[in-house]
Amino acid sequence: MSVVTCPDGDPAVHLAGVRKTYRSGTVEFEALRGIDMAIGTGDFVAVIGPSGSGKSTLMNLLGCLDVPTEGTYLLGGEDVSTMSETQLAHVRNRRIGFVFQQFHLLASLPAWRNVELPLVYAGIGRNERRERAVAALERVGLGDRVGNRPGELSGGQQQRVAVARALVTEPDIILADEPTGNLDSESTEAVLGLLGELHDAGRTIVLITHELEVAARAHRQLVIRDGRITSDESIGASR
Amino acid sequence: MSWAETMRAGLDAIRAQRLRSLLTVLGIVIGISSVILTVGLGQGAQRQVQDQIDALGSNLLIVSPGSSTDSSGVRGGFGSASTLTMSDAEAIADPVAVPDAAAVAPTVSTSSSLAAGETNWTTSMVGATSSWPRVRSRELSSGRFLTAEEIASAAPVTVLGADTVAELFSTGSPVGQTVRVEGTTLTVVGVLAESGASSSGASEDDQAVVPLGLAKQLTGSTDTSVSTIYVEATAQDTLGAAYQEVETLLHNLHGVSAEEADFSLATQDSLVATANETNETMTVLLGGIAAISLLVGGIGVMNIMLVSVTERIREIGLRKALGATPAAIRRQFLVEASMLGLAGGLVGVLIGGLGARVLPALIDQPVAISLTATMAAIGTALALGIGFGVYPASRAARLAPIDALRSQ
Repeated sequence: MSVVTCPDGDPAVHLAGVRKTYRSGTVEFEALRGIDMAIGTGDFVAVIGPSGSGKSTLMNLLGCLDVPTEGTYLLGGEDVSTMSETQLAHVRNRRIGFVFQQFHLLASLPAWRNVELPLVYAGIGRNERRERAVAALERVGLGDRVGNRPGELSGGQQQRVAVARALVTEPDIILADEPTGNLDSESTEAVLGLLGELHDAGRTIVLITHELEVAARAHRQLVIRDGRITSDESIGASR
Repeated sequence: MSWAETMRAGLDAIRAQRLRSLLTVLGIVIGISSVILTVGLGQGAQRQVQDQIDALGSNLLIVSPGSSTDSSGVRGGFGSASTLTMSDAEAIADPVAVPDAAAVAPTVSTSSSLAAGETNWTTSMVGATSSWPRVRSRELSSGRFLTAEEIASAAPVTVLGADTVAELFSTGSPVGQTVRVEGTTLTVVGVLAESGASSSGASEDDQAVVPLGLAKQLTGSTDTSVSTIYVEATAQDTLGAAYQEVETLLHNLHGVSAEEADFSLATQDSLVATANETNETMTVLLGGIAAISLLVGGIGVMNIMLVSVTERIREIGLRKALGATPAAIRRQFLVEASMLGLAGGLVGVLIGGLGARVLPALIDQPVAISLTATMAAIGTALALGIGFGVYPASRAARLAPIDALRSQ
């Protein structure tokens, strides 16, 4: 595939010649074999692929949870492929909002304190944190569940709390890794609807999934297979 | 992440696992409270000894028969020989020979059975002279002390200690009543005021003071030997000089050199020092055992913190994904461990302090809690938490976020 150019100028995400090799003793496994791609600001992209395709590895690289073995990764114009773990932590904090399949909420904390967590690591004061956390929860329609602990919420509600947490730092991209994998169809609809709304509001969203129905909500689909991008097509009303 | 936030997260984590946190700090709690108690017992015992020796009188020299240590280092028991006599006491009382002695009180003491009516009581019978109350700093709560005439004539009279009175006479004043000793009937002429020293063993408040000559007769002794000669120096400053004078005088009188002395001299200070040496050994020993239990408690904290790191691997992964740096994670776990240590220390001090209040009533031993020991104990507990938290914390900090997130 050739480098995808982006009509909006500076891409939010830009990968060039990215490879990722895992070593386990003498065995080498190449999970990504040369990825070139760009995601424009405000894009809603779905990365689709069967398990073992390198989809999770790509997600880890995009989320700055790991660094490529080879190639460069520019996130918001910043080269993150050679950063230290501490620098990567700051980049994740400022530029990326995660939504995980297992929600990953802290069970002992009420919803708003889960949502404010990234702001704690950003060093933001307590009052502002609370305000922004509550605003984010209102944004996802959980304004009346601010003080509830995750155990008191349904799966769909928990995932919406996680979306609020991803939103609260105003990140460059929201990275959703199988966000509906643990949800029933009704909650799936609610969460996907929410992601659509966020996209409409101008957010850059990368959705990683193996479900075509879910991927259909995005405006662009990247298919990954055996560590390479095999298809890249825009669907629906691309902006 | 600020320190305040880190502490808040630590508190949250501790509260989320209340029972486990409690069990984690139990080792430290036990360790700290036993350190507080053992040190308190040691210091209490020292203070008690100090009080008892102070209660002997002030500026006091104590002359005992037998040498405390001979040249080969073999210890001769106190009172094992009857080498001190009345004439020694009279010689010490001579202001020319011992100018720094203010008063001299020779005593003989034996254990005797006293009877009043149907009641029997075994106490220490002390044969004394008229200078005894002054030298021993004792006062009377009722009646009077033995007169010079009674002492000279070995009259059948006695002055009883407060505890002895309590044992023998259930009601009314004992003054004017009689007690029987070895078939002789003695009239009680006075009662000693309580010495104020906390009592244990041979109590200063449980004795019967009789004329020295009478004590000799009652025990069937015919010589003029005495058990102890108490010498009061004229002042605190002259105690050392009096010590020298008495020592030289007795060497000359007994015709012995310093190496072969058949008597021993002690001051209150030297008695206190000897007693404290024993107490200190005990305190160090017990404190050492308590310190080992603290170490075990610290290892317990480390153990649980390691379990906690493994259990909360997903939380660590999540926090890292949300922007926690390795340093922030390390600090979080370190603060958590320190908080556990500190909490254990505070609870331990509380329980130790409580024990220090309850224990004296149960075992009749005073417990002195010192501020220094308490602060040191709390500091130690905190240090244990930090020390044993370092390894688990750095393990948490080193976890790769993807591995941590993926773990189930």
